[in-house]
Amino acid sequence: MWSYEKRLQYPVNITQCNPKLAQVIMSQFGGPDGELAASQRYLSQRYTMSNPKVAGLLTDIGTEEMAHMEIVCAIVHQLTRDLTPQQIVDGGFERYYVDHTLGLWPQSAGGVPFTSTFFQSKGDPITDLVEDMAAEQKARTTYDNILRLVNDQEVCEPIKFLRVREIVHFQRFGEALRMIQDDLDCRNFYAFNPSFKCDLAK
Amino acid sequence: MDVMNRDKLFACIMATSFVLDDLRLFLDTHPRDQEALDYWRKVEKVRNEAVKEYTKCYGPINMYNVNVEDRWTWAEGPWPWEGRC
Repeated sequence: MWSYEKRLQYPVNITQCNPKLAQVIMSQFGGPDGELAASQRYLSQRYTMSNPKVAGLLTDIGTEEMAHMEIVCAIVHQLTRDLTPQQIVDGGFERYYVDHTLGLWPQSAGGVPFTSTFFQSKGDPITDLVEDMAAEQKARTTYDNILRLVNDQEVCEPIKFLRVREIVHFQRFGEALRMIQDDLDCRNFYAFNPSFKCDLAK
Repeated sequence: MDVMNRDKLFACIMATSFVLDDLRLFLDTHPRDQEALDYWRKVEKVRNEAVKEYTKCYGPINMYNVNVEDRWTWAEGPWPWEGRC
């Protein structure tokens, strides 16, 4: 189970609204490489992860991703709170506003709604971990892209924190993949699905 | 209310919690790393003390530490996503 702690993993204190930037950063909430997809990917995959230590790692990184989702949402919320109708129009925020007012709703920067097809849970440890490593890199690239568009230091700092965490998670998933491979025949790692018992019996 | 002390304690909780968040992932894949285990013990102690002191003076950050008196205070704001301003 989970228990809420009344704090962000990294502080967010934004004083200048910026609806244009909010629309871009929103992608890391509900977009294809966002934190919602990341958390659900790892927390869904863990049930069939053959190595218990790696199942633990998926639980812990999945949990951290939920905290990252909260940081991204806090950034978007603080960039859009108290917007006036004029600021909404000037900032190009009217198409989001008409459906959600200033509420948080998971979608990509391009307006594509969040969908579970953004990630896979394949029930095969190697397949899943390779997906997880790719996911961390894709999220890092997205943060790189966001950082090129940000001039506000108050927005920059939490985004930089989130970017670095992608790199750490990539490293840990790489180690997890090696742990899975250590349990397998090193002459043929990819022969079968190590989590599917019928394959193991062959 | 001593705002300076409050900010200092909260910063200590934030910093030590992050060390533990990061160490937890490292230890998941390096469960016998003695240096990391020692670091965990050291930081965990500092964090526990800071959380205890903060909870006593300024209220709980975790629901299990709510001190129940005449009313339920857990759901009172401000919430973390609101920021300082």
